[in-house]
Amino acid sequence: MAGLELLSDQGFRLDGRRPHELRKIECRMGVFAQADGSAYIEQGNTKVLAAVYGPHEMRGSKSRGLHHKVLINCQYSMATFSTGERKRRPRGDRKSQEMTLHLKQTFEAAIMTQLYPRSQIDIFVEVLQADGGNYSTCVNAATLALVDAGIPLKDYVCACTTGFVNDTPMVDISFVEESLGGPQLTVAVLPKSEQIVLLEMASRLHVDYLNKVLKTAVKGCKDVYVILDEVVRNHVAQIASSVGSE
Amino acid sequence: MAVEIRLTCEKPREEFQFERPKHLVTPGDIITSDTGFMRGHGTYVEEENLVASVAGIVERVNKLVSVRPLKTRYNGEIGDVVVGRITEVQQRRWKVETNSRLDSVLLLSSVNLPGGELRRKTAEDELAMRKYLAEGDPISAEVQSVFSDGSLSLHTRSLKYGKLSQGTLVLVSPSLIKRRKTHFHNLPCGARIILGNNGYIWISPTVDEDVNESTGGFIQNLELVPLTDRETVARLRNCILALARHRLLLYDTTILYSYEASLRHQCKDIMKPEVMLEISQLVRQRLEIEGL
Repeated sequence: MAGLELLSDQGFRLDGRRPHELRKIECRMGVFAQADGSAYIEQGNTKVLAAVYGPHEMRGSKSRGLHHKVLINCQYSMATFSTGERKRRPRGDRKSQEMTLHLKQTFEAAIMTQLYPRSQIDIFVEVLQADGGNYSTCVNAATLALVDAGIPLKDYVCACTTGFVNDTPMVDISFVEESLGGPQLTVAVLPKSEQIVLLEMASRLHVDYLNKVLKTAVKGCKDVYVILDEVVRNHVAQIASSVGSE
Repeated sequence: MAVEIRLTCEKPREEFQFERPKHLVTPGDIITSDTGFMRGHGTYVEEENLVASVAGIVERVNKLVSVRPLKTRYNGEIGDVVVGRITEVQQRRWKVETNSRLDSVLLLSSVNLPGGELRRKTAEDELAMRKYLAEGDPISAEVQSVFSDGSLSLHTRSLKYGKLSQGTLVLVSPSLIKRRKTHFHNLPCGARIILGNNGYIWISPTVDEDVNESTGGFIQNLELVPLTDRETVARLRNCILALARHRLLLYDTTILYSYEASLRHQCKDIMKPEVMLEISQLVRQRLEIEGL
């Protein structure tokens, strides 16, 4: 593997983490005044902004509206300065379109869509700095933004990308670990019920290992959940106490 | 023109002591596994458990359990005063944007005709609808009824309501508007203010009541507003934004107090973070002293 050892003999990764450790997660809710809900999240060096608008009247063509549930409209974009090499198009390329589709699928499963017929919810995520695990960071950011907007969710959606090196699953992989190849498993789960809402795998992995990797990934998602929940509770408590003291 | 630029880290931070409210839940939290309760807004039932679907505080009315999120779109109730903007003219109705989940409806049959004439609306009236209210016009209205899908039906059958002429629209969160007996206020500082329950606030210079009554609320007064009045309106706007920034409830008293507290600053300086903090703290203090 090109001289780089992803997992040292002592069991440390390139950035000094153990295989089951997440990167440092920091987040803030309510970063925009204009949006109905918004959030900013940093997972290590991956930084993502999310904004949610709605539920609101259908914009654009009215015919797209669904009479029994809300339409979820997602947009994934990467800032031109987010990657090592400057990107030419922030959105609309193949990769972004695929990400957009995945986000839409994920949140259609988690949002209680039947409550708002004939309306629309917009979810915009923007990657400001890409350092691996872009999709999972975006899902976590969008979840926080949806909670901030007061949109009913079955549960949080937490996502985590897991790699597999030397028979060891490595949770929340960074860009270097991603780019050196090897199998990658991205999962988004509803942490309380452990239901999987999205599962994606890149490159090949022997089926005997799948269970092990999946278990580690779900564990990673649950760790993410603990952090997100703490942030939400603090945020809600702060707002509640300031509005309450008229 | 001198422009002030500063770093985010230089912003003053409000030190805030807060406790966790007792009944705080986040999506997916089990509220109760007792089957004797009824499912209200913000909750759902899964495997006989009552589960929260939004982050907020649990409220219980007898057997009904609901969770109220702290920030949402406007949920209309009958009798609410709203400020909105016409988005569409349709068959015998206007569509009004009111920060609600779906656009509200203003039926032709629930408006007063210009001149206050009382009669059945005819086909001619239907053709002249765009003359009364066109796309983009701001209006004030009252919620007449709520449809089953949650959209609102409005009416303007009073001289208080109708088309708004010159003024400023301020958008805040609907949860910050305090429900009061009256939402129309003629402030002593020389401005009229409409606090829409939907979080839309309209500030305009004071107008004579009798002029308004003779026109039936459809004619816009497009006379030039003197500079002093415009400054008052601008100052009130900035004060409201400052209060909303620090999450103070908005009603006539708080707005008036913030206006008085802001008088020592120039109008344009009110939007500076430290001035906003100062004004909100002064208002909070004054409310505490008066025990409101």
